[in-house]
Amino acid sequence: MDLTIQENAGRNKIHPYKFAVWVGCGSILMMFASLTSAYVVRQAAGNWLEFQLPAIFKMSTLVILLSSVTLHASFIAFKKEKEKLYKSLLVVTYLLAILFFAFQYQGWVALAESGVPFTLNPSGDFIYVISWFHAAHVVGGLAALTVALIHAFGLKFNVTPKRKIRFELTLTYWHFVDFLWVYLFIFLSFYR
Amino acid sequence: MANAISIVQDREDKLIEELGFDDHFHEHEHGDKFKSNFITKYIFSMDHKIIARQFLITGMIWALIGAGMSLIFRLQLGFPEESMAWLRPLLGKWIEVNPDSGIGTLAPEFYYALVTMHGTIIVFFVLTAGLSGTFSNLLIPLQLGARDMASPLLNMMSYWFFFLASIVMFYSLFLSTGPFSGGWVAYPPLSALPQASDGSGTGMTLWILSLVFFVISVALGGINYVTTVLNMRTKGMSMWRMPLTIWAFFVTAILALLSFPVLVSGFLLLMFDRSMGTSFYLSEIFIGGQALDHVGGSPILYQHLFWFLGHPEVYIIILPAMGLTSEVLSVHCRKPIFGYKAMVFSILAIGFLSFIVWAHHMFMSGINPFIANFFVIFTLIIAVPSAVKVFNWITTIYKSNLRYNAASMFAIGFVSMFISGGLTGIFLGNSAIDIQMHDTYFVVAHFHIVMGVAAFFGMFAGVYHWFPKMFGRFMNETMGKMHFWGTLIGAYAIFWPMHYLGMAGVPRRYYRFDNFDTFSHFSEMNQFITIAAIITFGFQVLMFVNFFYSIWKGKKVTSKNPWGATTLEWTTPINVGHGNWPGKLPTVHRWAYDYGKNGEEFINQVEPLGEGETEDH
Repeated sequence: MDLTIQENAGRNKIHPYKFAVWVGCGSILMMFASLTSAYVVRQAAGNWLEFQLPAIFKMSTLVILLSSVTLHASFIAFKKEKEKLYKSLLVVTYLLAILFFAFQYQGWVALAESGVPFTLNPSGDFIYVISWFHAAHVVGGLAALTVALIHAFGLKFNVTPKRKIRFELTLTYWHFVDFLWVYLFIFLSFYR
Repeated sequence: MANAISIVQDREDKLIEELGFDDHFHEHEHGDKFKSNFITKYIFSMDHKIIARQFLITGMIWALIGAGMSLIFRLQLGFPEESMAWLRPLLGKWIEVNPDSGIGTLAPEFYYALVTMHGTIIVFFVLTAGLSGTFSNLLIPLQLGARDMASPLLNMMSYWFFFLASIVMFYSLFLSTGPFSGGWVAYPPLSALPQASDGSGTGMTLWILSLVFFVISVALGGINYVTTVLNMRTKGMSMWRMPLTIWAFFVTAILALLSFPVLVSGFLLLMFDRSMGTSFYLSEIFIGGQALDHVGGSPILYQHLFWFLGHPEVYIIILPAMGLTSEVLSVHCRKPIFGYKAMVFSILAIGFLSFIVWAHHMFMSGINPFIANFFVIFTLIIAVPSAVKVFNWITTIYKSNLRYNAASMFAIGFVSMFISGGLTGIFLGNSAIDIQMHDTYFVVAHFHIVMGVAAFFGMFAGVYHWFPKMFGRFMNETMGKMHFWGTLIGAYAIFWPMHYLGMAGVPRRYYRFDNFDTFSHFSEMNQFITIAAIITFGFQVLMFVNFFYSIWKGKKVTSKNPWGATTLEWTTPINVGHGNWPGKLPTVHRWAYDYGKNGEEFINQVEPLGEGETEDH
């Protein structure tokens, strides 16, 4: 832990808002860590249906990973004042985000059709509940992206510290929900 | 004396002016930068000091309701034969009056609702929101030399989510089926099956909704507290110069951020079990001769998730009280706190250990006895940092020039309560002894003393000490001292006898004991406890009177630093505006506990180190 004297108050290495988003992400992470722990505990108790995760979830994983890349590229373009690139990459990110929801929905349908409908067995229910709950957090990210989009097309292009920090907050959270899904996907795929 | 203090004050002002940090806060507007009107100043305020007062007063109202409920069920336990018909105007149909004899009895299902609500209200609404919400908000920016929290908007939302949670919970008290009645821990299946009891229907739905709002409030507040402590400290305020209050609030906020989300996960699965037909917690169950669809769930899973919050929660309650006690004791003993670094490390150790002891609440739930051993060991290890803290408090008081006032007495009372309650924790932490003790009044006595009464004592110490900062007036000392003695003696009179009840095996949560032969000889003891509870409650009403009387009519504060304290909140004007310091921000040059150093009674943190002077901890 860094306990050294902070010499320059008001000129921190990390913006307080950005730090706050990190802390919030840590808190959300605890929620999913406890859900996956509950999964492990419940699985050990037996009466556990065994099946494979539908392949479509691989597509959604790919899509959300890609969206993180495009959003990051958009942020770099924003900082380098490449207006066109920044705006188009933001739009691409937005479309990929919506595509992620579409794939998740198909994943749920595929899961039900493969003989694991909701409320059949906790082993399937955990997948539904965890991925729904994750999707709810992606909705928050989508809301932030919507605001970013409105800013991109509604405001005159101008790289100000305030807009940079706003963008960074959105970016941090989006990377977080992306990372979170990758964790959940790996967990749910291999911890059957 | 008064003259000396005013000279010191001028000096502090000059130091801030000379050495302070200019953040250009007041360049654009004069006076109130936030240009607030009545509504944005007192209702939807973003000023951390107003939000602190909102948390405090809301918490006090809940404390009155929660403690009032305990009086009703204490009447039932102490005087099961007496008529309660006189309570009918308040409780309505929950008092069943026999038409022939005119004797009113408390409805048994409402007794459970009262017990449940008493626990929920005091644990979450009073001792979490009312305690850490109040003092984290008030003191973190003031003692760190910040203008406000990192995000005043989130801070305001934190209060209003708490308010929303309060409204929902309050509303649930008036449902025709009654509020939730399955115990404050809300174990399934009682909480998971709406048909299990009256309170498990709408009452439980509202309970869970209220607590989800509450967790959002805690999370928003916690994010702010952590971010503010790590990022908004003024120049020179290193972590090792922070007062112990701030260390306590900081670790409390981290605990809350790591543990409350787990409760939400537990509730999430519970909600799916309740309304969507999943079987996370519910196994094969018959209700009214009907087999339910649920198969193979594990109610123990809920207990794990609940207590993973539940145990850190008791430290979320007690750590702020410990921080307040340390600060109040040091100021009023006119001595540096003994073992500052040991205090910090024990706060950190308690915070860490709190996450690996949760299953000691579940020794009798059917967990593996070998796993229980692990939890016994870590539970007992918590006694070490706790004992370090107690030792340091006592050593701080030892040979000090203690000022006998309400604040310092409540701080000493905290230490007394913490010792008494902590010792019984060593009994309960042993899984073998817990076989006899669990779910008896011994447990009730233990946790009420160690985290109920003790936390209230810390809170009272804080209220009496920082009241001048909050309202610019003092609370009445005579009433304060009466409040202290009444509460100290009263609380011991209530909870001490419960240890005997518990050792004799009297179970908690029972509606009445007079029809058990084994326990019938305790009826006088139960009467004694009930009478003590009523009298103690009377002293809390006195505190209320004192509080509201003093807001408007109390003795006015005439100097900025009435206690002669070293921390930054006492360098602000008596009536602090939004932004805290009228000019520059103070810079910090020493730790928070320089009392009696170099022949000075106290040296404020803004005072630079003298020639050849070393900063000692």
